[in-house]
Amino acid sequence: MSRALGPFTAVLGRDLLLAWRGRADVLVTLAFFVVVVCLFPFGVGAEPNQLRAIAPGVLWVAALLSTLLSLHRLFAQDHADGTLEQLLLTPEPTVLWVVAKISAHWIATGLPLVVVAPGLALLFDVEQGALGVLILSLALGTPILALLGAVGAALTLGLRGGGMLLALLVLPLFVPVLIFGAGAVDAYLSGVGAQAHLLLLGGGLLATLALAPLACAAALRIAVE
Amino acid sequence: MQKPERSKSIFRFAAPQMFYPLAGKLAPWFAGISAVLAAAGLWLGFFVAPTDAVQGDVYRVIYIHVAAAWMSMFVYLVMAFWSFVGLVMNTRLSFIMSQALAPTGAMFCFVALWTGALWGKPTWGAYWVWDARLTSQLLLLFLYLGFMALTRAIEDPRRADKAGAIIALVGAVNVPIIYFSVKWWNTLHQGASVSLNKAPSMATTMLTGMLVMALAAWAYTIAVTLWRVRSLILERERHTDWVAAELNALEGKI
Repeated sequence: MSRALGPFTAVLGRDLLLAWRGRADVLVTLAFFVVVVCLFPFGVGAEPNQLRAIAPGVLWVAALLSTLLSLHRLFAQDHADGTLEQLLLTPEPTVLWVVAKISAHWIATGLPLVVVAPGLALLFDVEQGALGVLILSLALGTPILALLGAVGAALTLGLRGGGMLLALLVLPLFVPVLIFGAGAVDAYLSGVGAQAHLLLLGGGLLATLALAPLACAAALRIAVE
Repeated sequence: MQKPERSKSIFRFAAPQMFYPLAGKLAPWFAGISAVLAAAGLWLGFFVAPTDAVQGDVYRVIYIHVAAAWMSMFVYLVMAFWSFVGLVMNTRLSFIMSQALAPTGAMFCFVALWTGALWGKPTWGAYWVWDARLTSQLLLLFLYLGFMALTRAIEDPRRADKAGAIIALVGAVNVPIIYFSVKWWNTLHQGASVSLNKAPSMATTMLTGMLVMALAAWAYTIAVTLWRVRSLILERERHTDWVAAELNALEGKI
């Protein structure tokens, strides 16, 4: 068991260590999230009822954008210094270490968003009970964003203007996650119950976990060919 | 040089050199069929078909709108199909096919959205409603644009082919997910205010006009795609002798 997961834990540990050493990059993503969320009251007015109504959508769109912002870093450095080619040459299954890299990326950039989001939701006067649903929906949804985004990041690896292209490629794919994520909180607030939305997000997570790493591995092979 | 003409199998046309003349022969036929069908369909739609009892003459936009909307969705599936074939069998022509299809699909997508907006203003009172059909159509347009941007951003054709194929397949898996997500999102919040399904049952001439226009859109797509495939083949194979000979012959004609 531990032998089979060896490459997974090795890559996970390495990437987490690298993320820790480059804390500034991670913090910038988080700061971006906080700043974008705080811009909305200035843009739409600080009327409490309105803020309460738009809070789930605002938090989710901001989470989505800051995920997008950090995605290009997922493979770029390894591609530049040749680590990626070495990893592809190893006999270990590609999908395994690709999942490890995406997991490390999510722990470094997605997890902080999940932790910070409830605090920001309080600025929008979201009621206590909805905070738990928000945390759950982000915890289930942001890994999907990371997995889908990884495919886009691998496809645009090393291209000029790759960042904009990445946004165009993955944003339409992110829409279902946004709908069910923000919808979970809305459904809870309107008294319908968030269970259906959260189950759909969970199902989506399992489906992307099964399929996206395969597409990502294929895209990486094409990128270094 | 090899003589691929000897093979009698239909798969000989998988070679760009063999497909190029075939596409050249077929394209004008499909263009002609498309022109005739479009003329017939528009004549049926705008002069023969009766004025709608509920919507008046505004409804006549459906003769363009419905054909474009059907085609935009179908073309994406065909594009994903050729991408899949290309990835599995590693045939260059399949990738060329899917890249030649994309601009036409995007065009139909845009036409469907644009005519829909023109129809929506007098009928619903708004150019745009966040209805499930409209929203998923808009996202389909973004998927087309993403595919085209990606394949054109990569300079190495082999990498562009395969990267484009992957994003086309990822998109094809996501299209139904997007469709159902926006459908549920819409019905959960607003209730279905407007639905295209509940249109009053149509007169036969209306339906005929619409189907003829749909066939015209098919023929048009095939013709334009074949011409685009020819250009792409010439561009990709420009280092070969037969393309040089072909270009010389073309110059002689001009």
